[in-house]
Amino acid sequence: MSSRVGIVIVSHSPDVARGTAEMVRQMVGEEVPLAHCGGDPDGGLGTSVEKILVAIEAAWSEPGVAILVDLGGAETNSEMAIEMQPPERQGRVVICNAPIVEGAVMAATESWGGATLAQVCSAAEELSAA
Amino acid sequence: MDEALITVLMVHEVGLHARPSVKLTKLAKGFSSQIEMAVAAEGPWIDAKSIVKVMATKAPKDTVLHFRARGDDAKAAVEALADLVARDFEETKRDAAHG
Repeated sequence: MSSRVGIVIVSHSPDVARGTAEMVRQMVGEEVPLAHCGGDPDGGLGTSVEKILVAIEAAWSEPGVAILVDLGGAETNSEMAIEMQPPERQGRVVICNAPIVEGAVMAATESWGGATLAQVCSAAEELSAA
Repeated sequence: MDEALITVLMVHEVGLHARPSVKLTKLAKGFSSQIEMAVAAEGPWIDAKSIVKVMATKAPKDTVLHFRARGDDAKAAVEALADLVARDFEETKRDAAHG
């Protein structure tokens, strides 16, 4: 079990999700728990609560999981997936209000350094303010 | 408690772009000292452990980077950072061209 905050990438496009995860892997490394998902169950553009649940499970880490999303549905479906988490995980899975690609790299860099979930998210969110 | 200061010329073709910024930040996080970086001797000084702030400097090629640190491993920290910059962030020309 990793002691680092997990990162989940949720895009409407499977290609965007995969590409973003690839950037995180290449730039930050393999040590950060990372999962990605994209596309609706029929293979089209969209997001699905089921896939997000699987991704959260894959990236789960005791310090928590930060989710990076692209457009509207990715956020509402992620919120739904968060609500479906068991009580002991409530508050430990959060959505970062940040651009998906840049936010994922920033968040993962902070996580790599051992930051808390709140610090990971605020690093990603600092981007929007900059 | 030690204090250390070092300057190094960055010759990296693309400057302090995404990948070098991540490497620099990761290296800085490995030290317990408080570490700051500036692109000019008079500052402004930014937290070298903050990926967002390091990347936001957008320092181009031929910038002289200034590192200063305060803490038990201050000297080792600034030397390691200067060394990373001097070694061109361990990137090959091909990596650099792809930013």
